Amino acid sequence: MMRGCTGFCILDIMNTAAKQGSVGAVKAQKLRFDAPLAFRGGGVLDQYELAYETYGTLNAAKSNAVLVCHALNASHHVAGWYEDQPDNIGWWDNMIGPGKPLDTNRFFVVGVNNLGGCFGSTGPASINPATGKAYGSGFPVVTVEDWVVAQARLADKLGIARFAAVMGGSLGAMQALQWTLSYPDRVANAVVIAVAPKLSAQNIAFNEVARQAITTDPDFHGGDFYQHAVLPKRGLRLARMIGHITYLSDDAMMEKFGRTLKSGSIQYHFGVDFEVESYLRYQGDKFAEYFDANTYLLITRALDYFDPALATGGDLSRAMAVARAKFFVASFTSDWRFAPERAREIVKALLDNRADVSYAEIDAPHGHDAFLLDDARYHALVRAWFDNIHASLNAR
Amino acid sequence: MNATINATVNATERSRRSDFEAIAARVEPGASVLDLGCGDGLLLDYLKQQRAVRGYGVEIDDANVLDCVKNGINVIQSDLERGLAGFDAGSFDYVILSQTLQAMRHTEAIVMEMLRVGRQGIVTFPNFGYWEARLQIMAGRMPVSKALPYQWYDTPNVHLCTIHDFEAFCSTHGIRILERVVLTDGRPVTFIPNLFGSLAVFRFEKLK
Repeated sequence: MMRGCTGFCILDIMNTAAKQGSVGAVKAQKLRFDAPLAFRGGGVLDQYELAYETYGTLNAAKSNAVLVCHALNASHHVAGWYEDQPDNIGWWDNMIGPGKPLDTNRFFVVGVNNLGGCFGSTGPASINPATGKAYGSGFPVVTVEDWVVAQARLADKLGIARFAAVMGGSLGAMQALQWTLSYPDRVANAVVIAVAPKLSAQNIAFNEVARQAITTDPDFHGGDFYQHAVLPKRGLRLARMIGHITYLSDDAMMEKFGRTLKSGSIQYHFGVDFEVESYLRYQGDKFAEYFDANTYLLITRALDYFDPALATGGDLSRAMAVARAKFFVASFTSDWRFAPERAREIVKALLDNRADVSYAEIDAPHGHDAFLLDDARYHALVRAWFDNIHASLNAR
Repeated sequence: MNATINATVNATERSRRSDFEAIAARVEPGASVLDLGCGDGLLLDYLKQQRAVRGYGVEIDDANVLDCVKNGINVIQSDLERGLAGFDAGSFDYVILSQTLQAMRHTEAIVMEMLRVGRQGIVTFPNFGYWEARLQIMAGRMPVSKALPYQWYDTPNVHLCTIHDFEAFCSTHGIRILERVVLTDGRPVTFIPNLFGSLAVFRFEKLK
């Protein structure tokens, strides 16, 4: 629609541009929990903190909240940036913000750093009040189910009885899935992207190699490296390199790096010759600077153990029978970590239960990481999904 | 120009509508329905409203999948040509193939898959034996009509058939036809339907 252009025209345009953009500068928050949390695999935290961020406004009915769960190395910093770190942009900023597929003008979005993490929530590097030392190796082995319990407690404190949607990609999607099983009445929609109902032997194998890299690093000290004032950076670096290979497709890697040589000619040595080597080393180094080695172990283990069908003798359909949410499931054709066939196992279990489910198989070349990228078809689907949620909230 | 386009759109809409109505009349209320090649999902929407079905669509095209999501229809993105491996035997009351049979490459395979997954199958297709088509072929050209609005070089239809062809197919493939309705402009045709009917609707099941 064209409007008459007044003196405010430029301001309008600027405003619109800002609205189409980011949630802007955001602040991380923390909540302390004093009710003990017993972990599924044993161990208790008597008290803990959760770091989280919120964007948008919770409506009066408290019905427009969306929980965004993070995957392996991400955090509660989902969108926007920090005032003092303008380059630290949230990991799903292309998806979440004003006018974006998950529109913060409509929804109250909550991002939370999971327990055992290293970005503000209580984790292995936190001080155990009982000992006055870092938890280190003493931190309970955490599962997806435990995370969901902690997230539900956060929701209680925020006054959210029921989420309009719980959303995530990869391990984040497993949490969204678990929400529909642990708290079927507290989640209206589950948006699960690039997911599998459980890891394959190959998936676990990659995780094991990564963990071995960390635990065999002489600086690991059985997980209690904090006391030794060292960091098992070599192990973390390798773990990240291994992981990174699985996030990209063969084609995407070939396209990005090919066999391009760093110095223009082969050097006949074991230093960096190929671009891809340089890239992996750089990613590994960067990661080892900021990520906690114990957190890496815990999170990969949570991935390994996730298997909602374990309780039903491997019958995923029976496991999913309690779910009441509407599901949007998406996979990417080139994702070999969690291939489309894996997502279809979930879709089939939902079909068996006659649950509301839509499934999109997006033809994208980027591999597992496609869920973080700005693919027009993928984003249009998520946008349409949230448009419908918004419409149904307003129809009430 | 616009009037012509509108007339075509209205005609397409009308024929679509009569297709929907013909299918809905053959579906038990509250049934479970799988609609293969569901397009924008409006048939399922219609069946939901008219017959309170529990329905899912299967669709391969990205734009159609998006339309289904926009229309609030459960849609599973999948390639029918690769069968219905994600669906259990006997898991649906009806499996519908509306105006899609003629565009399938693996026609035999999909009809057998319909009867594996569904208790009954319902297909609708443009009757290639319709007099208009016959006349155009007699005149030496490939038929182009409301029901077959494509030129020979851009048609998605690779397996066109007549009503008699489909009946012969059923008898050689162990399929019992439960019901056959033939329509032209939404009205039933009983007199030489293979000549005077433009749209065929079959409901069928596997011979036990």
